[in-house]
Amino acid sequence: MSAPELQGSSSLRYLWRQLTSMRNALILLLLLGLASIPGSIYPQRTQSPLKVREYFETNPEFAKWLDRFYLFDVYGSPWFSAIYILLFVSLIGCVAPRSWHYAKEALRKPAPAPSSLKQFENYQQANGTLDSAADWLRANRFRITRDSRSISAEKGYLRETGNLLFHLSLIVVLLGIGASSVFGMRGEAIVTIGERFINVPTSYDNLAPGRFFNLERMTPFTITAAKFDAEYDAETRQPLDYTLVVTVTDSPNSKPVERIVKVNKPLTFGDSRVYLQANGFSPLVTVRDKTGLIKFEGPVPFLPQDSNLTSIGAIKVPDADPQIGFVASFFPTAARDEVRGGFSSFPELLDPRLLISVWQGDLKMDSGVPQSVYRIDTDEMERIGLKGLSIGESYDYGVGSITFNGVVPWVNLQVVKDPGKQAALIGSIFAFLMSALSFSIRQRRIYVRGNGNKIEIAGFGNRPGLDEEIKRMVER
Amino acid sequence: MTGRDWAYLSNNLIYVALFTYAFSLLGYAFATAFSVKSGGIDRSTTKRSNRSATIFFIIATLVLTFGVFTRGLSANRVPWGNMYEYSITGALIFALAYLVVGMKYDLRWLGLPITILILIILGTAITLLYRPSAPLVPALQSTWLVVHVAAAIFSGGLFLLSNTVAGAYLWLDYVERKGERSEFAKKLPSLEVLDQLSYRLVAFVFPIYTFAVIAGAIWAEAAWGRYWGWDPKETWSFITWILYAAYLHARVTAGWKGRKAAWLSLIAGSSVLFNYVYINVWGAGRHTYSGL
Repeated sequence: MSAPELQGSSSLRYLWRQLTSMRNALILLLLLGLASIPGSIYPQRTQSPLKVREYFETNPEFAKWLDRFYLFDVYGSPWFSAIYILLFVSLIGCVAPRSWHYAKEALRKPAPAPSSLKQFENYQQANGTLDSAADWLRANRFRITRDSRSISAEKGYLRETGNLLFHLSLIVVLLGIGASSVFGMRGEAIVTIGERFINVPTSYDNLAPGRFFNLERMTPFTITAAKFDAEYDAETRQPLDYTLVVTVTDSPNSKPVERIVKVNKPLTFGDSRVYLQANGFSPLVTVRDKTGLIKFEGPVPFLPQDSNLTSIGAIKVPDADPQIGFVASFFPTAARDEVRGGFSSFPELLDPRLLISVWQGDLKMDSGVPQSVYRIDTDEMERIGLKGLSIGESYDYGVGSITFNGVVPWVNLQVVKDPGKQAALIGSIFAFLMSALSFSIRQRRIYVRGNGNKIEIAGFGNRPGLDEEIKRMVER
Repeated sequence: MTGRDWAYLSNNLIYVALFTYAFSLLGYAFATAFSVKSGGIDRSTTKRSNRSATIFFIIATLVLTFGVFTRGLSANRVPWGNMYEYSITGALIFALAYLVVGMKYDLRWLGLPITILILIILGTAITLLYRPSAPLVPALQSTWLVVHVAAAIFSGGLFLLSNTVAGAYLWLDYVERKGERSEFAKKLPSLEVLDQLSYRLVAFVFPIYTFAVIAGAIWAEAAWGRYWGWDPKETWSFITWILYAAYLHARVTAGWKGRKAAWLSLIAGSSVLFNYVYINVWGAGRHTYSGL
């Protein structure tokens, strides 16, 4: 006998049986819940990268340790994935053999009644014949196996059907989620009002395609941002309404159509959707050199810092010689106090001001290191001026000048392609319905043995309900 | 009437409801005190206190209903836009559930803890959570607000009731383990009845809670571009769902009952509370509509 081999395969089988047992599936489910807790305590890179950076700045040592255990990327971490992959395998392992077993069972008639019914708790005798009992059971849609002396009847198969379909639906949900992350994509782009967004990879400020998403086959739509209105409550400064008017084309040759986008009303192109996510302001500036030659002109998106849209930004002029950079703040409604210095006191353009400090030197844009468009590395630069500008004003800093021409709003559009979401939705609704079905049905079996005008009855299944059913059968 | 008038009326109605519940609390406290008194128990006093407490409770609930309703009228929308509004609506659901369940089971003896809980909810709502009536922020301007938040508040109120019953179970269980029930506790329902009631409430509300989570996912897809993003609120509703699913599973398939089941129910219930209080007020994420 090859004992070691046998041992190997049986321990594997043991592991498999353990993994697919109902108890361990439940433990895995609880573990998944437990594992998701740290993600609600520590900031997550996928949701708030800024907060993660802040955490690193305030607790650098501790943050490093947290990061080693993926506590800033809980839901994409190996240990979180391990739990849900095990759960997934366990679900399949639980459901597949049971479905097979159940399919065979469902086609077969119930096993014949045991020779003695006296061992059953609810055993009883009554007046009646086997024929009349069979009639009653048939009329109540029991499935029957009958021989000359006994009946075995079963009902409530749908309980197991519901149970199996519930677990199958959960698998559909998980497959849907998987499909979304592998075949889907999401990306964000800042579009200044008046500009056009063309759906190609280079238009995005940040793009996260799934592993098997084909970048060359993006839905060929264009969006021109025509107008953006933001309404705020004058007292509470809370936003009341955002309305973005766009003209869109959904293929290269189609006619542009006007559409309205709101926070709860995204645009739909096939299975891609476009969401209005955030908004801010782009100051319009013109930068000239000493001779009056235009070196830079156009809107520059600034990054909002608070709900009143106090914004920061950077205007980079690599064509000037030497290079010029403006580190700037923008206040839609300028205000000033001792603590904060300049800030914005209302998110609308009531008193727009641009505060700039002018830097001269090397912008390091050719170094190959990716740079933030909102910040300038001023290490190798020298400050040559500081000024606050209202619309229409210019500032001459000696080697050139800057003019603040006006302000246009920008919107942040999020484009999402999520091919698995229907599967996830249908799966979860189905799971819900099937669990309700399964909970509301009892599976039970009734045995009858006949002897002339006397019958013996017993059954098993859910007790109080079953006892009542047998009582009705006897009383009829 | 203008929006401001309705808001003013609503505030006053909430105050009146609070005071009426306080009277109800007094009644229930008297009823409990008289029946605890050993020796010659004066049943008639107990009965009278209980009856007047219940009447005050019903009046308070009616006033609270109008308070919630006028709060909605003041801003021309459903009154579910910030934590103050969630709290007064949740208290209303809790009170109504207690009255409805009370039609089948005699729950007057639970009146004392129930009114205390309502007073705590309304009290914190008025003092800590109050915000002037205002229009909804753009993210909340959706039909799904009605569906998702209504289902969520409804489940919250009923989970609280089921946990109050589970808590009462554990207390009576403790009393019975220490010895015989006292004269007062003898008139209370048996442990089995409480165990069943707590379970039936969960079994009834669990599908509604599941629906609230699914509706929330559908809404999140429309508003934020993803149906599930592990926002802290989503994470904790997932944890709550798992805990209650485990509770139902433990009862139906593993045959859990009594003390173990009651403790599991309290653990699941505390995750509901954590999700409402901690995540709304101190949590980061997109569900920060407390207005604080």
